[in-house]
Amino acid sequence: MVRERRDLYSLPDAPLASRCYSHSKVETDEEFDARWVTYFSKPDIDAWELKKGMNTLIGYDLVPEPKIVDSALRACRRLNDLASAIRILEAVKDKSGPHKDIYPYLIQELKPTLTELGISTPEELGMDKL
Amino acid sequence: MLHLKLGRVGCLLTRRAMVALTDSGARLSTHGHHEVSDQLDMSQPIYSDRPDTPLPDRPWKDVLDATDKSLKQKEKGPWSALSKEEKIALYRLKFNHTYPEMKRPSQEWKTVIGGMFFVFGFTGLVVFWQGLYVYPPQPPTFGEDWQAKQVQRMLDMRINPIEGFSAKWDYEKKQWK
Repeated sequence: MVRERRDLYSLPDAPLASRCYSHSKVETDEEFDARWVTYFSKPDIDAWELKKGMNTLIGYDLVPEPKIVDSALRACRRLNDLASAIRILEAVKDKSGPHKDIYPYLIQELKPTLTELGISTPEELGMDKL
Repeated sequence: MLHLKLGRVGCLLTRRAMVALTDSGARLSTHGHHEVSDQLDMSQPIYSDRPDTPLPDRPWKDVLDATDKSLKQKEKGPWSALSKEEKIALYRLKFNHTYPEMKRPSQEWKTVIGGMFFVFGFTGLVVFWQGLYVYPPQPPTFGEDWQAKQVQRMLDMRINPIEGFSAKWDYEKKQWK
């Protein structure tokens, strides 16, 4: 027997759309931040680990929290690498993209660390211009 | 013969890509001996200025002279003791371009658009020459006389008399409506 078109609407509901989430726990923002702060806080971090960490972090679709950048800058201090510290500041500014208010906030939060470690911002060195 | 030439083009393209990635200047200065070719040694860490890779695999300047070395020593102490020029010098030792420098706009688009217009112009000339020297003579059906007779024949046949061709002709006044 051919079902009339009308009847199709009275068919029982299809099983509710099932979501295909993986079953692993989603990391919270705080856990993410803590993980990265811990990574850069390693006392005997080496240059490669700093490089790998920063390049990976910059690869993410986010601007790192000030505390992560702070941890990375301190790692640069342990490695006696001022150039990389300045580079990190440039990189997070670049990551902010069109959101011009993120970088000043970052610098404001990092000011104590920058003064303590003697890191000049790219702006102070005149390197933010062509 | 052909595959040899293609191989050379391929080599050229990869070379251009590699040169585009790095500047040849300091890279060559790191080698003590004279290189037979300036082919990039892909087994060594390579420097690159990329916004998505803030810390490249190796510093820009490898071979440090005495002043650079003493500056690097000073870097081990408190950074507040460094002057602005020294800090900039340390940056330039490790990196080639700053972020604004590596992201500076190029003028390449002008070359691209200009090249496009040049190609259009050249094509136009080719098409014009074609019209002159390649096309065969026009068929007689294009002539004024023939066209007039053709229209008259179509009207006589009452082509599309309701909505189309002949509908637009006023048969009484013998003119177009």
